[in-house]
Amino acid sequence: MPLSIEELEVKARKVRQEIFKMICGAGGGHIPACLSIVEILVTLYNGVLRVNPGGPRDPGRDRFILSKGHGGVALYAILADKGFLDPRLLLTHGKKGTILGGHPDMHKVSGIEASTGALGHGLPFGAGVALAAKIDAKDYRVFVLVGDGECQEGSIWEAALFAPQMRLDNLTVIVDHNKLQAMGSLDDIIGLSPFADKWKVFGWAVEEVDGNNISDLRNTFGRLPLKPGRPTCIVAHTLKGKGISFMENAPIWHYRMPNPEEMKMACAELGLAFEDGVIE
Amino acid sequence: MRNAYLSALYDLAKENKNIMALISDNGAIVYDQYRADFPEQYLNCGISEANMVGVSAGLASCGKIPFAYTIANFIVYRAFEQIRNDVCLQKMNVKLVGIGVGFVYSILGPTHHTTEDIALMRALPNMTIFSPCDPREAKKVTYAAAQINGPVYIRLATGGTPKVYEKDYDFQVGRGVVLREGRDLTMISTGSILLEALQAADQLKAEGVGVRFINMHTLKPMDQAIILKAARETSRILIVEDQNLQGGLGSAVAETLADNAVVCRFKRLGLQDVFTEGYGSYQDLKEINGIAKKNIKDAAKGLLEA
Repeated sequence: MPLSIEELEVKARKVRQEIFKMICGAGGGHIPACLSIVEILVTLYNGVLRVNPGGPRDPGRDRFILSKGHGGVALYAILADKGFLDPRLLLTHGKKGTILGGHPDMHKVSGIEASTGALGHGLPFGAGVALAAKIDAKDYRVFVLVGDGECQEGSIWEAALFAPQMRLDNLTVIVDHNKLQAMGSLDDIIGLSPFADKWKVFGWAVEEVDGNNISDLRNTFGRLPLKPGRPTCIVAHTLKGKGISFMENAPIWHYRMPNPEEMKMACAELGLAFEDGVIE
Repeated sequence: MRNAYLSALYDLAKENKNIMALISDNGAIVYDQYRADFPEQYLNCGISEANMVGVSAGLASCGKIPFAYTIANFIVYRAFEQIRNDVCLQKMNVKLVGIGVGFVYSILGPTHHTTEDIALMRALPNMTIFSPCDPREAKKVTYAAAQINGPVYIRLATGGTPKVYEKDYDFQVGRGVVLREGRDLTMISTGSILLEALQAADQLKAEGVGVRFINMHTLKPMDQAIILKAARETSRILIVEDQNLQGGLGSAVAETLADNAVVCRFKRLGLQDVFTEGYGSYQDLKEINGIAKKNIKDAAKGLLEA
C-alpha cells in the first residue's frame, strides 16, 4: 500500500525540520532552496523511484540526480528517512569529519548518484545515464531535478536539445520553478518566460504542476512518460523558503543564517522546540 | 595519428560492445567505417562539447567506456568544468580525445590551437595523460587508455603525422622512451613537436654533440626516474614543447628536479607566455614561433656553453 497523502505531508514536515536543524547546526547553507523541493523529493522517494537502500548500486535502479546540488541537505534528510543513510549522521552535516557536505558526494554517501554543486551538470549526465538504459534495453528511469535559475546555464539547453533527439522518454527533468535566484527574481535578472514553452519547442512533453502539492506531483509522476518517445519536463511551481514565512519569496535568505530571534520564530513555525539558543 | 587512433578504436569496439565513440560533429568521414560496423557504439553529439562530456560521464556511470573526441581546444577549454567535476571528481571511465593539439592546425589560427592543454589537464586529480609522437604510438596509447579504469586524456596531432618509430618498441604507461643515447645533454619532448626536436638532435649529433633524447609519451603520471637519471648523467636538460611554458612539460620536469633537489642546467623552449603567431604550414608556424630546428639547436648550444 502506498503511503497516503497525509502520511507524506507528515514526512515533508519532518524533512523541513531536519533541513533547518542541519543547516543551523552547520552554520551556513541554502535553507530556502532546500525547503522549496521538499514535496518533490518526498513524492519521488515514496512510490515513484524504484530504489532500494540494500542495493544502492543495483544496475536496474531508477536514478535520481540532484542537479541543483545546493539542495543536498534536503536529499540527505530523505535518504535518512528511506534507510540509505544513518539518521544519526544528519546532525554531523558540515562539521569536521562528516560525509555530509553542503553539496553531495557520490563517493561518500549511499544513494547519491552524482557529485553536483556546479550548476548545469546534472542534465547532461542524466541524459547519458538514460541513453545507456536505451542502448542496453533496460527499463530503469532517470529523474533530474534542476533549479530554474540553473536554467540560465547553456549546458542545460545543450542537453535539452540532445534528449529529444535521442528519444529519451525514460528521462524526466523536474524544474524547481521558485522564480528566485541568489540575487533576486529571475524576471529581473535573466528571465526565462515563457518557461514551459521553451521546453515544449525543444521537443519535450511538458506539464506544469504545483510543486509543493504532493497529490498533484504524485498524479503527474504516475503518468510518465507523458508522451512516448519524448523526454518529460515537469515545471514544478514552488515557493522558495516554504515553511518559514519570513523566508518565503525573500531573496535575501538565499544564503543567510537566522539570528537567535529569527531561529526561534522559524522553530515555532516548523514545530521545533527552541530552548536557550538550541534547537531540540 | 588520427587514422591510427581510429584503427585502434575499431579493434576495441569490436572486442567490447561497451566501447563507445562520441564525437562533436567532426571527423565524420574518417569515422565512416567505424560507424558502418558499430552504429550502436557511435554517437554524434552535435556541436555541444560540455553536453558531450556530461553525457559521457553518465554513460560511464552505467558501465560504458566512452571515447569523446573532438578538436582538442574545444574539449579541453569549452568542457573543462565537465571534465573536472563529471569525469575526474567522480572518477568516471571516460576517455577524452583531443585532435590537433599544439598548433598543427597551422592555418586556422590561435582559436584552433591548443597550447595550454598540458597545464590544464595535468592539474586535474585522477587524470592520465598520453601524448603520442607518431601513429604507431597513437595506437598503443589508445589500447592502453582502454585498459585504464578511469579518466584519460589523449593528445593527438592530426592526419598525415610522420613516423618517429620505424619498428615496434616496448611501450609502458608512465615510462619515457630513450630514443637517442648521449652524455652531453638531454632533450625531452612530447607529441607532434617531438619530431622537430629529434631532427635537431640528430643534426647536433652529426656535429659531435652527445644528445640523449627522451620521448615523454605519458605526461601524467610522469616518469620521474628517467628525468633524474638524465639530470645526473648529462647535467643539462632542454625541453621542447608546443605549449605555453607556464605549466607545460617543462614545468612538470622542473617540478620533478626541484622536488628531488637535483641540480642541472635547464632550458625550456616553447611559447613564452603568448598565443601562437602567424599562419602557414605547420613548419612555418614552428619557425615563426621560435620552436624550429634552428632555435632548438641554438638553445642546446647555449646550454652547452653555459
